[in-house]
Amino acid sequence: MAEGAKEPVGVGTTDPEEDSPNMIVYRKIEDIVTRIQDENAGGVSIRTVKSFLSKIPSVVSGADIVQWLMKNLSVEDPAEAIHLGSLVAAHGYIFPISDHVLMLKDDGTLYRFQSPYFWPSNCWEPENTDYAIYLCKRTMQNKARLELADYEAENLARLQRAFARKWEFIFMQAEAQVKIDRKKDKAERKILDSQERAFWDVHRPVPGCVNTTEMDIRKCRRERNPHRVKKSVYGVPDDGQSQPSPVHISSQPTKKTTKEDVQKEINFLNSQLDRHCMKVSKVADSLMSYTEQFMEYDPFVSATEPSNPWISDDMSFWDLEASRDPSQQRVKKWGFSLEEALKDPAGRDQFLKFLESEFSSENLRFWLAVQDLKRRPLQDVSSRAQEIWQEFLAEGAPSPINLDSHSYERTSQNIKDPGRYSYEDAQEHIFKLMKSDSYARFLRSNIYQDLLLARKKVSCTH
Amino acid sequence: MGEMEQLRKEADSLKDQITAARKAVQDTTLQEAAAGVTVVGRVQMKTRKTLRGHLAKIYAMHWGTDSTLCVSASQDGKLIVWDSITTNKVNAIPLKSSWVMTCAYAPSGNLVACGGLDNMCSIYNLKGKDGNVKVMRELAAHTGYLSCCRFLSDSEIITSSGDCTCVLWDIETGTQKTVFAGHQGDCMSLAVSPDFKFFISGACDFTAKLWDIREGQCRQTFGGHESDINAIGFFPNGNAVITGSDDATCKLYDLRADQELITYQDSSIMCGVTSLAPSLSGRLLLAGYDDFNVNIWDALKAERVGVLAGHDNRVSCIGVSSDGMACCTGSWDSFLKIWN
Repeated sequence: MAEGAKEPVGVGTTDPEEDSPNMIVYRKIEDIVTRIQDENAGGVSIRTVKSFLSKIPSVVSGADIVQWLMKNLSVEDPAEAIHLGSLVAAHGYIFPISDHVLMLKDDGTLYRFQSPYFWPSNCWEPENTDYAIYLCKRTMQNKARLELADYEAENLARLQRAFARKWEFIFMQAEAQVKIDRKKDKAERKILDSQERAFWDVHRPVPGCVNTTEMDIRKCRRERNPHRVKKSVYGVPDDGQSQPSPVHISSQPTKKTTKEDVQKEINFLNSQLDRHCMKVSKVADSLMSYTEQFMEYDPFVSATEPSNPWISDDMSFWDLEASRDPSQQRVKKWGFSLEEALKDPAGRDQFLKFLESEFSSENLRFWLAVQDLKRRPLQDVSSRAQEIWQEFLAEGAPSPINLDSHSYERTSQNIKDPGRYSYEDAQEHIFKLMKSDSYARFLRSNIYQDLLLARKKVSCTH
Repeated sequence: MGEMEQLRKEADSLKDQITAARKAVQDTTLQEAAAGVTVVGRVQMKTRKTLRGHLAKIYAMHWGTDSTLCVSASQDGKLIVWDSITTNKVNAIPLKSSWVMTCAYAPSGNLVACGGLDNMCSIYNLKGKDGNVKVMRELAAHTGYLSCCRFLSDSEIITSSGDCTCVLWDIETGTQKTVFAGHQGDCMSLAVSPDFKFFISGACDFTAKLWDIREGQCRQTFGGHESDINAIGFFPNGNAVITGSDDATCKLYDLRADQELITYQDSSIMCGVTSLAPSLSGRLLLAGYDDFNVNIWDALKAERVGVLAGHDNRVSCIGVSSDGMACCTGSWDSFLKIWN
């Protein structure tokens, strides 16, 4: 990436090029998880719980975690704390000791913290060989807590078929792992076994659960070496069996900034400097008054009349919108701006009617003709552009519009090679004219006021 | 001092001047100015319809201008046009490439477009003579994935790409009319101004740029985000721009003040923003996040006023219909939901 145009990066020492979106989230979660385990700094109390004849080491209840989150992250709503905690669990940083499903419950369910060795930020992408070794070694140990769940048994069966020819190798690796595990202290093993299981719950989730390690394919190119040799959980060398995912590798060679690049940047910056910045108070006012004006038309904020078709299954709201017989509320919108009036087909009709009564409809007709020109298929553009010229701008035109000489010059140049946007300049000029002149009169006219106040027309009765 | 170093110094000095000019007009903040505005109150929306039919992650959706039809694109290799009121599929278009990342509905309702890892924008005619939906044009020239596309009319479309450029195409001839180059990272998203004269793009260089469609130049650049900008949209009056980023925040930039006015963030929101859409009045900002939720913000006060929770995986796309009646969300869980 060329330097110079990038804004300074925010907090932390992280290199933006290395950080995939998942990594950004991992770092935030790790910050929370580190704090929550720090018993000296207001963290939860991690303790051993007695259960029947055995002890459950190093656990904390879901309720305690929820409490801590609410207190330390200023979360007022317990539902939000649970959502946040479930996010932390879904990424495998905390896990329920007796369930494969990684979510947080606000009750006495017991949870354990994941070992930093297994943290997702270490960019684990464990291969199926590792998973096979893992499931295999679990079947070798005669412990109730290590029994395979149904989906795991199915996975194991599938892996046995897939790795039929190297199963002996996998079996030996599994045996070696069991030997290593046996050497560890009993309590330590309970903890490590559960952490290992939680690791696999993240990378080989229960069917129906989300795989949180999945990345948006658009971001995959961020990985500096997408086809790098992946490390094995059990120290098994990579034999090239990995399936490459459809990673998009940027075809852009990283360019060095040239003098021309910097000069271009300087030119751009100069044009920026020339622009006049409006005061924040003024633009803030503008935003606030816009929202205020339109809030009564915003169905998410105000009740709609007639009823919202999505809720009542009654289509009359749309029927009314489509009709050329507008409601008072709709007519009111035409008064907000000329743009709003012209957006509504009924508004266009009424404005045109008013202008005709003043014998000044050529401006609006010109504006409408140019709008239409922009949507024409290429083959019609040239002839249509000529027609517009003849009607509105040529000498002796039947509906002459009033253009300043500068715009007139530009437009007549454009017409020599007619295109969809030949009248852009002229159209803008005419729009400004209508806005400052006839539009204001329209709003004061009887035609508009009658509709706005829903005055019934006095009918002559004979 | 070498020439290069001199040029860099000049650029830096100009940047400082621009920062100073922006600061000079900061006589208040949007939050302060809006302190007196009446609160919106809790916004509670329910799922009114669930559109089922896709078999894999949904990456994009776009409303048609009639406010009931919408199109969605999924990695199951299908583009589906839905009648969202009846939940019927009006069209189910099989795609050549299943790695689709974006889709768009033409304002006329006649065409839809899509593209993705094939680096192309494919235009489909929905109103063909024999009733079959066929590829009308394949716009190929980008050297990176197609991240977003938006129609100006049936004859012109703008695309953004992972090759760091945006392009204005003439659909009839299938040629590039203008290339908008300047971003230093993948362009992820684009939005067209209400008057169709400008468009904005958000990119992986953490900036958003405003482009003049006819002149082909970048008019303004906005920075401040700390990570990729994934989503971008215009405030309904066309004078402000809203961006959503992997840094878990959304920002509002005003075009006339040439600076950021407000940031929408909360310490309890950790996941990136994938998509956003303002409500009709602009008072509410709906943003979809990687944590499966949509958060609803009071755009003037930067306070969270609601949550849409219902998807079982990331919310990848969101759109508010043109009459403002309904919000549609699409997710990696393969469903689209209509809320209001």
